[in-house]
Amino acid sequence: MPKFTKSPWVMHYDGSSCNGCDIEVLASMTPLYDIERLGVVNTGDPRQADILLITGGINYYNESVVRQIYSQMPEPKVVVAVGICACSGGVFRDCYNIKGGVDTTIPVDVYVPGCAARPESIIDGIVQALEVLEKKSAASAAPTEGESNA
Amino acid sequence: MIYLYRILSMLAYVLLAPFVGGFLAGLDRKLSARMQGRIGPPLLQPFYDLAKLFKKQVLAVSRYQFMMVASFLTMVIGTGTLFFGGFDLLLVFFVLTTACMFFVLAATVTNSPYAELGAQRELIQMLSYEPMILLTAVGFYMVNGSFRGVDVFYTGTPAIVRLPGVFIGLLFILTIKFRKSPFDLSTSHHAHQELVKGVTTEFSGVLMGMVELSHWYENVFLLGLVALFFVSSAWWSSLLAVGAVLLVWFLEILIDNTSARVKWNHMLYSAWIVTAVCGGGNLLVLEIIRMLF
Amino acid sequence: MELWIISLILLPFIIAVAQFLIRSDRIRKVLTYGGSGLIMATALTLAVLWYMKGQDTLSLPNANGLLTEAIVPYIGYGMLGVELLLMCVVVWLSVRYKKFLIALLSMAQTGLMCWLELSGKIHESAGVIYLDRLSLLMCLIIAVVGGLICIYALGYMKDYHHHHTEFGDRRPFFFAMLYIFLGAMFGLVLSGSLVWIYFFWEITSIISFLLIGYTKEEQAIKNSFRALWMNLLGGAAFAAAIAYCALTLHSVNLQVLLARPAGKIGIMVFLLAFAALTKSAQIPFSKWLLGAMVAPTPSSALLHSATMVKAGVYLLLRLSPVMGGQVTGVMVQAVGGLTFFIASMIAITHSDGKRVLAWSTVSNLGLITACAGVGTAETVWAGVILLIFHAVSKALLFQTVGAVEHAIGSRNIEDMHGLFRRQPGLASALIIGIAGMFLAPFGMLIAKWEALTSFLNAGGISVLLVILVAFGSATTMVYWTKWLIKLLAVPAGTRREDDHTENSQWMSLGCHMLLMLILCAAYPFFSDGFVTPMLGELGFADAHQLLSLPDRVVMICLLAAVFAIPALARILSKKVHIEQSPLYMSGVNEGDHRHYEDSYGHPKKMYLSNWYLTELFGEQKLYRPVAWATVVVIVVCFILTYGGAF
Repeated sequence: MPKFTKSPWVMHYDGSSCNGCDIEVLASMTPLYDIERLGVVNTGDPRQADILLITGGINYYNESVVRQIYSQMPEPKVVVAVGICACSGGVFRDCYNIKGGVDTTIPVDVYVPGCAARPESIIDGIVQALEVLEKKSAASAAPTEGESNA
Repeated sequence: MIYLYRILSMLAYVLLAPFVGGFLAGLDRKLSARMQGRIGPPLLQPFYDLAKLFKKQVLAVSRYQFMMVASFLTMVIGTGTLFFGGFDLLLVFFVLTTACMFFVLAATVTNSPYAELGAQRELIQMLSYEPMILLTAVGFYMVNGSFRGVDVFYTGTPAIVRLPGVFIGLLFILTIKFRKSPFDLSTSHHAHQELVKGVTTEFSGVLMGMVELSHWYENVFLLGLVALFFVSSAWWSSLLAVGAVLLVWFLEILIDNTSARVKWNHMLYSAWIVTAVCGGGNLLVLEIIRMLF
Repeated sequence: MELWIISLILLPFIIAVAQFLIRSDRIRKVLTYGGSGLIMATALTLAVLWYMKGQDTLSLPNANGLLTEAIVPYIGYGMLGVELLLMCVVVWLSVRYKKFLIALLSMAQTGLMCWLELSGKIHESAGVIYLDRLSLLMCLIIAVVGGLICIYALGYMKDYHHHHTEFGDRRPFFFAMLYIFLGAMFGLVLSGSLVWIYFFWEITSIISFLLIGYTKEEQAIKNSFRALWMNLLGGAAFAAAIAYCALTLHSVNLQVLLARPAGKIGIMVFLLAFAALTKSAQIPFSKWLLGAMVAPTPSSALLHSATMVKAGVYLLLRLSPVMGGQVTGVMVQAVGGLTFFIASMIAITHSDGKRVLAWSTVSNLGLITACAGVGTAETVWAGVILLIFHAVSKALLFQTVGAVEHAIGSRNIEDMHGLFRRQPGLASALIIGIAGMFLAPFGMLIAKWEALTSFLNAGGISVLLVILVAFGSATTMVYWTKWLIKLLAVPAGTRREDDHTENSQWMSLGCHMLLMLILCAAYPFFSDGFVTPMLGELGFADAHQLLSLPDRVVMICLLAAVFAIPALARILSKKVHIEQSPLYMSGVNEGDHRHYEDSYGHPKKMYLSNWYLTELFGEQKLYRPVAWATVVVIVVCFILTYGGAF
């Protein structure tokens, strides 16, 4: 029986990124890296996504957006923080408008460091996320109490 | 005897079409990747996707979504079953229209802005391809003397000989039906679209799975329609038909990968012009020939 | 049987007089329920009697009946008197509103009829009343649909004057008009003499004129006069046709006319067909029907959709055996086909419910017209089926839109957003009506299927019609689906609203819904047993059923499936675990999920509208060229016919 790991659909959200990591996320789809080999589809729709890729830190404006998008993803789902800003806030950590890394807002499963994160490490992060996804789906044979009404 | 074949063919469609459709979808993704210089996903990727979608949690906005999508799926299967059973082509197309309407409604019952916008575009797509679909049935009627699909097996020459214009028109609107670029306005198989996922924005889990499944069923039915142009009473015609179907599928993928999405009014204009000129012209020429001889 | 025919024509007139005299709401209610019931009972009795007495055509007066040959001339003089009276009314109103040309038009045709009558050229007593299957079918439609609409009008008009205090309450007049109209329609379809048909034809025109002007608003008066002059133009053509018949054939009987070889009667048939085109609001004359929508909804349902405009196509169906293959037939085909396509495109651009219905009526009448114009047994078969289904589903739709207007205060389709939750009953009625208009396997679609097939079998120029129908079907599908979208799109938090619809309205709506479902299920049997012999009566030798048995079986299965599948899916959806989730708006939803947060952090209202494609299919853009094209077609065909006739 095919597992969740064979069909990870990714949604990419740009927090307060400088666009460096965003370019690398897209680069991982190009012929050189070709992340579709793993069955990855880059979808824009949280309803159909299994993995939420977030680049950049969380600011006070997009905090609620990130939370809502996360709540609109069906279980099981994992979050990958791409780049150092998404992991911890990075160089913007102490800015007046930055709250910090993604984990200040929603639970993060995989951290991909780098400034910008290289495509290889992004792909590696997704592969690691797949393992988490598999664990989560095994853990929740019945659908878990999602944050669907958050 | 012919009834037995017809029943078998209907059964075969219901049971095998998802596999054929899924395999073709896999082929599509693999070929597209190769055209772009990538390796691409495994051939069976669409099946993995479908299995995953059926296992995921279902988040829905409206409780009518499931009802509409299930009706869409059933109606599409009904369309194909009637088609492969050799029934009246007009009947088949009318059922198809009803099915598509359920798809549009499945998107709009959510009252979601992206789904609604996609649905309105889907309507424009239907407006663009419907005339040609009807004229295709009409073309077969003029050639075979009946709307029944099964009657192509009693003709000496394949319909394509007398319906080249209709065939070209059908090819044109098939790009809309297959949701291929440049006409993938309402929803696209490719990553980024300005409407999120258009019609399918609010479908998750099994809802999306059913939509995918019905598209596979629909694609097999449409390719069957292509095959109908090449089938005759001769034994070799079936081989010809299979070859034509594969060629058409390849062409669609090629077009998909080499063109950019157009605006809806360009789609409407071009589809109607092609329908009127190729489809309508072909029918008029046939009628004139019939009246002269 | 003769008694029943005569009472069917006279009964509505008697009820109308009573309606006019009665001012009390309660007595009006009793009278309307009783009157409509009586009319329906009379029509049904007539049908049953006809069935039991051998199902033959009946021509009156016959040897030993109530209506003797001696009385007929006096009835003729009576009719002439009424016509003169009507002319006086028209002339008086036209002069009062400074429409002198209309007065002239009215005087000219009545003068012509006077001359014919008084000079004794049209004294013909035989066969003034003629009953065959087509008349009987029309009688049943008029009695059942018309009777129900009158009942519906009870509740509707009460509400109407409750909402519109600015208009004078002229309900006795309104109801009297409705019943006179019913009587005139019965007379029209039961008459065999052209003079009699013309008499009733003029009555329907003038009632339509009076009802459009019911509110006496400026717009209403303007529209009523437009309807009047277009219908009078048709009436003038009708009178001219009668004159031609009287002078060349020495008979004004429609059956006598139809028995002549088609080549010899070209000009008469042309004039009658022209009159029918104006009555059925085909494109150069479609404006009057759109204008007629200012009238209260029951009259729109009754006159401008279900019955009166059917008088035109009824006449065309009668003429179809002599139109097939003639120049007139080509004209009728061209006008009907173009109208079908263009009107359905224009319907896409409108959001006013009644206007969409009006354009769709014009469009569907166009298809029936085209069917009649081709003039083969199969096309007429399709035309008859279209006529039946259209009458029932369009009456249902008009009445529901009227009820919706009173319930939500608007008849704009955009305002019907989420109506399925707000007013489930009315929305269901709309959905059934809409499904009946375009979805497989409901009536109109079956008929369209028939029409396509029959056009193909007819061959020749009809192939162009096939192309028009293919395009027109697509556009038809779009405007109905758009309406369905609005009804079913339910925003979060929509609540059920109070339903003010009166019982009398519900009664009519319920009967119409039931009638439609019964028609869909029963139509295969009905078509074999009734429509096929009808074609024989109309003068087609080779009448037969087009749809093969398996197709019809599939159709019936589909009918069941269309209800069963969503119902089953609904049950199944309770088994699947579905989490409710707020809709996706690419950011943060606010509060009730009808607002979202904009880039300044403020809530912004989300509003979803249908597409109307006005810049593509706008009335301004399409109407004029097509109107001119049809005018050219009509003029050219007239010249050809006139040149060919003499």
